[in-house]
Amino acid sequence: MNKFPGEIYDARKRGPRNSAGCDTPPRTGGRDDLIGLPQGRDRAAEVGREGSETRTCAPRGLGKRPANRAGLGKLAGVASLAAAALGALPAAASDWGQVNLPRGVTNVSTRIYALHMMAFWVCVCIGAVVFGVMIWSLIFHRKSRGAVPDVTLVHSAKVEVIWTAIPVLILVGMALPAARLLVRINNNTNSQLSIRVNGFQWGWQYKYLGTNVSIISKLSMASDAARMLDSGINVNSVPHYLLSVDHQLVVPVGEKIRLLITSVDVVHSWWVPDLGVKKDAIPGFINQASFIINPSKAGVYRGQCTELCGRDHAFMPIVVRAVTPAAFQAWLKQKEAAGKEASAGAPASTSAAVST
Amino acid sequence: MDQPYESTAHADHEHKPHGWRRWVFATNHKDIGTMYLIFSGVMFFLGGAAAMAIRAQLFKSGMELFDPGVYNSLVTMHALLMIFGAVMPAWVGLANWMIPMQIGAPDMALPRLNNLSFWILPFAGALLVSSFFVPGGAPAGGWTMYPPLMEQFGASFPMVIFAIHLLGISSILGAINIIVTIMNLRAPGMTLLRMPLFVWAWLITAYLLIAVMPVLAGAVTMLLTDHFFGTSFFNAAGGGDPVMFMHIFWFFGHPEVYILILPAFGVISEIIPAFSRKPLFGYEAMVYATASIAFLSFIVWGHHMFTVGMPVAAQLFFMLSTMLIAVPTGVKVFNWTATMWRGSLSFEPPMLFAVAFLFLFTIGGFSGLMLALVPSDYQYHGTYFVVAHFHYVLVPGAVFAIIGAIYYWLPKWSGRMYDMRLAKWHFWLSVISVNVLFFPQHFLGLAGMPRRIADYAPQFTDWNMVSSIGGFVFGASQLLFPYIIWRCVRAGKPAEARPWDGARGLEWELPSPAPYHSWQSPPSEAMLAHGAEH
Repeated sequence: MNKFPGEIYDARKRGPRNSAGCDTPPRTGGRDDLIGLPQGRDRAAEVGREGSETRTCAPRGLGKRPANRAGLGKLAGVASLAAAALGALPAAASDWGQVNLPRGVTNVSTRIYALHMMAFWVCVCIGAVVFGVMIWSLIFHRKSRGAVPDVTLVHSAKVEVIWTAIPVLILVGMALPAARLLVRINNNTNSQLSIRVNGFQWGWQYKYLGTNVSIISKLSMASDAARMLDSGINVNSVPHYLLSVDHQLVVPVGEKIRLLITSVDVVHSWWVPDLGVKKDAIPGFINQASFIINPSKAGVYRGQCTELCGRDHAFMPIVVRAVTPAAFQAWLKQKEAAGKEASAGAPASTSAAVST
Repeated sequence: MDQPYESTAHADHEHKPHGWRRWVFATNHKDIGTMYLIFSGVMFFLGGAAAMAIRAQLFKSGMELFDPGVYNSLVTMHALLMIFGAVMPAWVGLANWMIPMQIGAPDMALPRLNNLSFWILPFAGALLVSSFFVPGGAPAGGWTMYPPLMEQFGASFPMVIFAIHLLGISSILGAINIIVTIMNLRAPGMTLLRMPLFVWAWLITAYLLIAVMPVLAGAVTMLLTDHFFGTSFFNAAGGGDPVMFMHIFWFFGHPEVYILILPAFGVISEIIPAFSRKPLFGYEAMVYATASIAFLSFIVWGHHMFTVGMPVAAQLFFMLSTMLIAVPTGVKVFNWTATMWRGSLSFEPPMLFAVAFLFLFTIGGFSGLMLALVPSDYQYHGTYFVVAHFHYVLVPGAVFAIIGAIYYWLPKWSGRMYDMRLAKWHFWLSVISVNVLFFPQHFLGLAGMPRRIADYAPQFTDWNMVSSIGGFVFGASQLLFPYIIWRCVRAGKPAEARPWDGARGLEWELPSPAPYHSWQSPPSEAMLAHGAEH
């Protein structure tokens, strides 16, 4: 039985490849659209829009998934049945399949996934042997079955050496690919675009270095309203509850993007699982991280702050929208022009509000 | 004394004070051990109440019960209460009870120090818990107390730091007492390499405590001076570095993890041979493995902070040193397995908990190995995968070992047997619910749920519900434990001196209940030989 259906996770989370399966036409999403992407200009950009993702393309609830959706029908069906059987589950049930890391959309995230699965299977194999021996003893060496203890079996230098040496070899086998990947991940040279990421309580500011474009990205208003105690809003009715922002970080696919990560107050951590990037934002210090989104993987990728940063730690999501380089340049030009207009009209730039 | 005892001539010297003086002025290792265990039990249920509140909040997506600030306080206090209030005092309590009996001594070497080290605890615990009731509420920066976040909390900030100072002093005094006792009060013939493994584990643990508790005290004192006296140890604006706190904290924090688990290794090494009716396999290898783990624990702290932006060389070093810990830990698991191999096993409650420890601690070890690989750790760090990992090593690890130890030695302490059937219920409820509680948290972490969040996105709801249900069952099942102990002490059937036929060790040469001043004359060589069959 495939316990870690990474494909299923992918199929369920990625909007672009699923939009064909939607019965209802894609709705345009909520607050995420504030970013002001040129409407209908670019298919690749359009495809990453909030509204075209699975979660919003069909009514929520059991059996919402079209039966013909490749790769996930069976498991989702089983999960839905199990959910229905349990009864107490909310309408959005059938997320039982989300049990593994995403493969992600960068070269690095895919390699991390492979390393993770390698380590997992190594552990499974060792576990099968060790637990097998234990279970054998538990069954066959019981007093109630008349087992007589072999009290001479108390020491053997030979087996001690063997069960020290074999793990060492296994560990070396695991450490080598991990070390190679580690060096690769920490190479932040030759980037084509640098973005300063500034964490604050509670949101993120993104500054595209070399331009006047700066974005303040906070929890979307729909989520923010629903997350209040006694809000009375069913969170399942909020698109991407807690994982949507008012202004997304827009990046081009296929280009090496370097993040310069810091914080204005406490330690935060910037994490987008699909990009394979997690780096702490330390006040007073700048960390680097970089990623290249595979050119075919335009879309919206979501993450959260992963370092406890105070009261609203749970409410500072990260949303990255990856678009084609052409669409990105168009977007950037538009933002730059808008920025210039704003600064010509009012000297106090809005982007400075947070960084001070 | 209602049972014959070799040195009855001295038994009338048992001039213990009565009433409250017996406890407040306690110098007897058993009385102090009992108080430690009761304190630990109280803290366990307080910390458990916080855990239940956490699981209730996380039952489904959407803010349900608490303000996120209160939730963060609950998370912080759950950790502090469980680590410093429940698990560490439980081990010191077990050390107090068992070390003198196991090495053939009448009592601990420094009885008044022993009294002091215990009586600090209730005050420290009260200070910690009362921080809930000051303006601004309990500290909400996590037990790791990272600045600058930690400095944002009000009146509770100095309270929690002072509480940690007190808890640290208590631990250091307890550790000094344990080392002095083991080094000086062993019976003639009880050489170091004849000591039971629980004593060995505690000897090593005590050195860890003395080495790292001052480091924690230093770290929190620097926090205090940063906040109140204008220093800038951790403030970049004044030339400091918040990451330095993380380094200092985890230089304490990683050995601390082993302080919680090494005595568990000792207990398991006592219980498995007893119920396998076979001496421990590879005694010396076990001692060396424990010592190696303790040494390695000092050079792996960086693996708690792979994402803070350390140089690649440092990350590589910490990855390799962390992976190395799998070797001695593996040796221990293999030796326990070999001890059961071709034994004659029976499954009384202590053995049940020990076997569960063996399986579930190993699962925690596997996830630990996965976490050691830095690239994967970039994805796991700060998620529920980490929460699942350390709860697997601490709950079915340390806590199961404590419960197993109490079920193992309770007849010796009380002179009475407990209700085996009820204890088996306690075991089965615990072992099933603990997996329902923590196993799904692996899935949640991998699927992308960060830890320490008060509310989560709806796609994490299903497994969180499962986890919460497991949590409630686990919490409720633990209520059986004090009930079983209470019934045993009040009305249990009399226990024999050696209630477990396979049990070896000097403590079983004493009558049950053990006399007030355990060994007033040294045990004979025959007893030693019988006890130390390795």
